[in-house]
Amino acid sequence: MAATTTGRPLGPEGSLLPSGHLRRRLRTEAVIRAALFLAALVSVATTGAIAVSLLRPTIEFFSEIPVGEFFSGTTWAPLFVPAQFGVWPLITGTFLVMAIAVLVAVPCGLGAAFYLSEYARPRVRAVVKPVLEVLAGIPTVVFGFFALYFVNPQIVQKFWPFGNVGTFSGLAAGLVVGIMILPTMASLAEDAMSAVPGSLRDGALALGATRREVCTKVIFPAALSGIVAASVLAFSRAIGETTIVLLASGSNPQFTLNPGQGVQTMSSFIGFAGIGDQPTGSTGYKTIFAVGTVLFVITFVLNILSVRIVRRFRQAYE
Amino acid sequence: MTATTGGTPLTTERRRLVQSLASTVSVGRRLRDRVFFGLLILSLLIALVTLFALLIDTFLTGQTRLNSDLVQNMPSGRPARAGIQSAIFGSLWVVGLAGAVSLPLGVATAVYLEDFAPKGRWYISLIELNVQNLAGVPSVVFGILGLAFIARGPFSWGFTVGTGAMVLTILVLPTVVVASREAIRAVPPSLRDGALALGATRWQTIWRQVLPSAVPGIATGSILSVSRALGESAPLLLLGALTFVTFNPDGLDSSFTVLPLLIFKYASDAKAEFHVVAAAAIIVLLIMLLTMNTAAILIRNRYQNRRS
Repeated sequence: MAATTTGRPLGPEGSLLPSGHLRRRLRTEAVIRAALFLAALVSVATTGAIAVSLLRPTIEFFSEIPVGEFFSGTTWAPLFVPAQFGVWPLITGTFLVMAIAVLVAVPCGLGAAFYLSEYARPRVRAVVKPVLEVLAGIPTVVFGFFALYFVNPQIVQKFWPFGNVGTFSGLAAGLVVGIMILPTMASLAEDAMSAVPGSLRDGALALGATRREVCTKVIFPAALSGIVAASVLAFSRAIGETTIVLLASGSNPQFTLNPGQGVQTMSSFIGFAGIGDQPTGSTGYKTIFAVGTVLFVITFVLNILSVRIVRRFRQAYE
Repeated sequence: MTATTGGTPLTTERRRLVQSLASTVSVGRRLRDRVFFGLLILSLLIALVTLFALLIDTFLTGQTRLNSDLVQNMPSGRPARAGIQSAIFGSLWVVGLAGAVSLPLGVATAVYLEDFAPKGRWYISLIELNVQNLAGVPSVVFGILGLAFIARGPFSWGFTVGTGAMVLTILVLPTVVVASREAIRAVPPSLRDGALALGATRWQTIWRQVLPSAVPGIATGSILSVSRALGESAPLLLLGALTFVTFNPDGLDSSFTVLPLLIFKYASDAKAEFHVVAAAAIIVLLIMLLTMNTAAILIRNRYQNRRS
């Protein structure tokens, strides 16, 4: 046989079984495959660890604080003596900052996406897109500094028509969180719009539609699921933002929907309580986890929703 | 007529034709088109103007303290002497370690999901769903995980460089996986098929053909995700990094602070002089980020030029 020409022995004459060399190779292959699988499992383990580390202190927390008190009280002061655990100020605070941020990010993000996808010349796109990427890459602490020492004193305090605004305001925090999310919103929405087949555009234009009508009556409905997914992600990021809110909106939980006041959100409470280095096992320590669980569940549901919507949207064009 | 192409100037006759066509669009519709276009430009301008206002305001505030003292001095309670040296070293330690661990782990996950994963199994969908979901979990939740699982609890590493690095690793891992998967997917199938047809095993194909040609894409994506770790502050708030650390870290079990958190501390101080130091530190942080992003863009451009 020609076995000797390759320099290594083959299996028994005429056998189709793998040679010793190949068998060793395949064994290595199986080991590598197993190692790669283990690496892939790290992400599952992380989610599991998050769930475990959140759940136990949360259960302990609710065995100490009745759920009724948690969801009915309107004073949130878990780290004071006497401690009060009415979560409503955190809920209104989170809603306030989220609503302002989404009102900035979603319409402006959509506008920027329409412009980039339907109007901008290639040369303009080549300049604008990297600039938006720079905006997306700015650390949140920098945005927080900007919100606290520029947006609040220079814009909010001067132009807010209803009463005086102090050092902190939910409005300044919400506006800047919105600007932070805007580039992501714009880029995801633009991806969805670019995926709309050109024939739809040409058809509408040929039938006499103006460019605006193409945008609002053709591109928007066709890209809707991608746009909705991007908006859901915007909600999720607005709820989860910590540092900007902590810096610009302060750490005073108030039961209010007035944007001119400083408020505390669920995320900024976690950051605030974390700074204080609560002793392990204290009720204050467990509060971090209880609020964290609520936050994790909300963002988890939003993320799954967004992934689902994107999946449906992909199927539509394949 | 045959000679008219898009580039020729309009004759009066053609211009009249275009105008008569345009006049079929009513004044109201044309006006609404103008307003719509104006709104699009406005929304883009809001983003761009804010970016420039942020950069200019920070630079003007911080420039007086932007000198060698800033990077040479340690953090201090006295504004005139306050510096950021230990925070720069802390950031380099934590982010460097996070990059060094998350890169191989992320690429391994990406290779598994792209080339080895059996199609349509439930546990593969589980892994994919997990990666997608983790990418969207608020970063402060990773801080809770780090507090309960790594700083205390099972690992009990305390508030150390090791804990910070591990939390940031977990934080950037999903984005490294997503970026690496895209880079691996972009490798032409002919390369893979060729190697396999010549008798290479799956791993030989990946190690010698797929990964080398995916390196630029992986590098770009990974640098961008690691630069996110450099600016991250929320999870580290929970890990005791918000303190004046007046020495550079010297190992995994050393306590530490990072640049974003020191900026946070200076910014939330009552004394206005500290806000100037914070602004100067922000400029240093932005320069570090810009360097990393420029590296990523340079790699991407070189790669694109070679391909075309």
